[in-house]
Amino acid sequence: MSHIVINGDRCKACYLCIKECPKKLIRVSEKTNSLGNHVVEFCDENNECLGCAMCATRCPDLAITEVYRG
Amino acid sequence: MATQVFKVPDTFRKDFKYTFCPGCDHGVAIRLVAEVLEELGLQENAIIAAAIGCSVTIYDFLNIDALEAPHGRAIAEATGIKRARPDKFVFTYQGDGDFASIGLAESIHAALRGEKISAICINNTTYGMTGGQLGPTTMLGQVTTTSPTGRNVEYYGYPIKIAEHIALCDGTAFSARVSLDSVANIKKAKQAIKKAFEVQLKGLGFGFVEILSGCPTNWRMTPEQSHEHVRNEMSAIFKPGIYKDITAEIK
Amino acid sequence: MAVETITNKKVLMKGNYAIANAAVMSGCQCYFGYPITPQSEIGEFMSGKMQELGRGYVSAESELAAINMVMGACSTGVKAMTSSSSCAVSLMQEALSYACSDELPVVLVSVMRGGPGLGNIYPSQGDYIQSTRGGGNGDYRTLVLAPSTVQECFDLTQKAFYLAHKYKNPTILLADGLLGQMMEPLEFKEYPYPEVDNSSWCLTGAKGRDGRIIRSYAPLADNQCKFLDRLFAKYKLIEENETEWEEQNTKDADILLVSFGSTARNVRTAAKICREKGLKVGTLRPITLFPFPNKRLQELAQSVKKIISVEVNMGQMVDDIRLAVNGKVPVELINKGVGTPPSPEEIVSRIEELI
Repeated sequence: MSHIVINGDRCKACYLCIKECPKKLIRVSEKTNSLGNHVVEFCDENNECLGCAMCATRCPDLAITEVYRG
Repeated sequence: MATQVFKVPDTFRKDFKYTFCPGCDHGVAIRLVAEVLEELGLQENAIIAAAIGCSVTIYDFLNIDALEAPHGRAIAEATGIKRARPDKFVFTYQGDGDFASIGLAESIHAALRGEKISAICINNTTYGMTGGQLGPTTMLGQVTTTSPTGRNVEYYGYPIKIAEHIALCDGTAFSARVSLDSVANIKKAKQAIKKAFEVQLKGLGFGFVEILSGCPTNWRMTPEQSHEHVRNEMSAIFKPGIYKDITAEIK
Repeated sequence: MAVETITNKKVLMKGNYAIANAAVMSGCQCYFGYPITPQSEIGEFMSGKMQELGRGYVSAESELAAINMVMGACSTGVKAMTSSSSCAVSLMQEALSYACSDELPVVLVSVMRGGPGLGNIYPSQGDYIQSTRGGGNGDYRTLVLAPSTVQECFDLTQKAFYLAHKYKNPTILLADGLLGQMMEPLEFKEYPYPEVDNSSWCLTGAKGRDGRIIRSYAPLADNQCKFLDRLFAKYKLIEENETEWEEQNTKDADILLVSFGSTARNVRTAAKICREKGLKVGTLRPITLFPFPNKRLQELAQSVKKIISVEVNMGQMVDDIRLAVNGKVPVELINKGVGTPPSPEEIVSRIEELI
């Protein structure tokens, strides 16, 4: 099952990944990290993730640390 | 069974955390460098020289041997490293101010000598770390803290097109300009970095990549706007492309 | 330019070639330089010799580039050097500050000419302060060795490589146009010092260990204080271990003549003439300008009545002598601004004026 892993500690809330995701599976969460940022979260209830890794490729902070496809 | 298609390259230091501003493209550029180092198996043999500005912090993130140079002299120090240890993989990671302003003489002459080193230059049209002053690549009309009414030719002269200049040097094996404004272009950027590294490994000469990057903080833009700016404004002046590739000429 | 070959043990040779040969025989792996009179022979010799030996040579685009190339090479643990003169050594001051902070074993041969500015190409000792104090930023010291003969140009070049590596600190060989250009008999010697093990710090690629960073950037104030304390503890150690000087007839001397480098040659003759005239004159020649023989001067200040510094500049080392003796005895200056050192007769007549 395709999915991504997010390291919230690294997220700087630029939210570039949100726009990048073709399936719109990433959103701003209520959680904050040590930087005080509302970190992003991955939300894929219908298993829509393609494992395209566009979010991770775009993320400037390597907060999306792993992407799996298939 | 899902296969992993993305991971943090092993070339990074353990538990590193970037210290760049939100949306800064340095993070992407350094990741691409790390990926290429890993793919080419260079981590244990690489030595980097970096000078001043946001770019110098690269050695806090990559787990490779590093020498910090005075401002503008990263290329000179890389030259010294390579001449002393020709078997090492030697590269620089610099900003446009470092590479094309204070260090332009070193950059051009290393390219003319065909030094077997590789140089990555981040072009964000401003001096980032010092707070967004006019740099060698600041575009006409661009407002910075030292061009408060915008860069005009009469007062400030013209920006430099780095990749084109480096391509003119006979010792250059590869010179390209890439952009990080989109995922597709990030992938192209990685290919260019790989090429700039490979020409060194093949002993062909100087390898160079200029990377158009956003500086949302100093541009007073959101990260998304900064990429639009790179795409629509910067790329029109600093046209992405491969300006020299002697491996293609050999083909 | 003919490349001297190291075949005969004893040869007649210019100081500049002595320095270059000594560097090669010290195992200098890389030379980077930019021409400037009166030391261009060093780079000319090295361009041929280093290529012949398969070592590194770059005709650099500037002195800034040259010394930074040296820093790059030194960071990998090899012996590397540059050579230059006065106004061009000025361009290297930033790098020397960095190299002290990075603790890199840079060797710089500085063959002094007239200044300030472009000055002229005559000999001078006008860069005493430039060498011992430096024009770079922050608190740092460079070791400075001052030869007074062509043989010493050779010997101290070898020593410069050793000390630079032993203490991981930039070391300057401070010669002048007279020493660089004059010929004297010279005996070649094999490098007499042990090789210093650099493996614990040099850059070789992060194989089987984490990546090393050689840097001077220390953003936190506390770290920088600690670093400076350590750096200056090293300088103290250098002062204790490496201070070197030569003295003659100081035991019963009333007058002590202090001079360094080429000037010391005429000063010695002047002292001899003084003795023949019945004046109790002794000489002291600092061989290391940093560390300076402060202690010995303090001791001699107990017994001599006057110290006279003889220099080819407007009076630079004289300040260090005054600091060393701290008012204990009067310290006078015999000098000329630039050119060949004052003749022994001239020195003698100026001594007679002063007493």
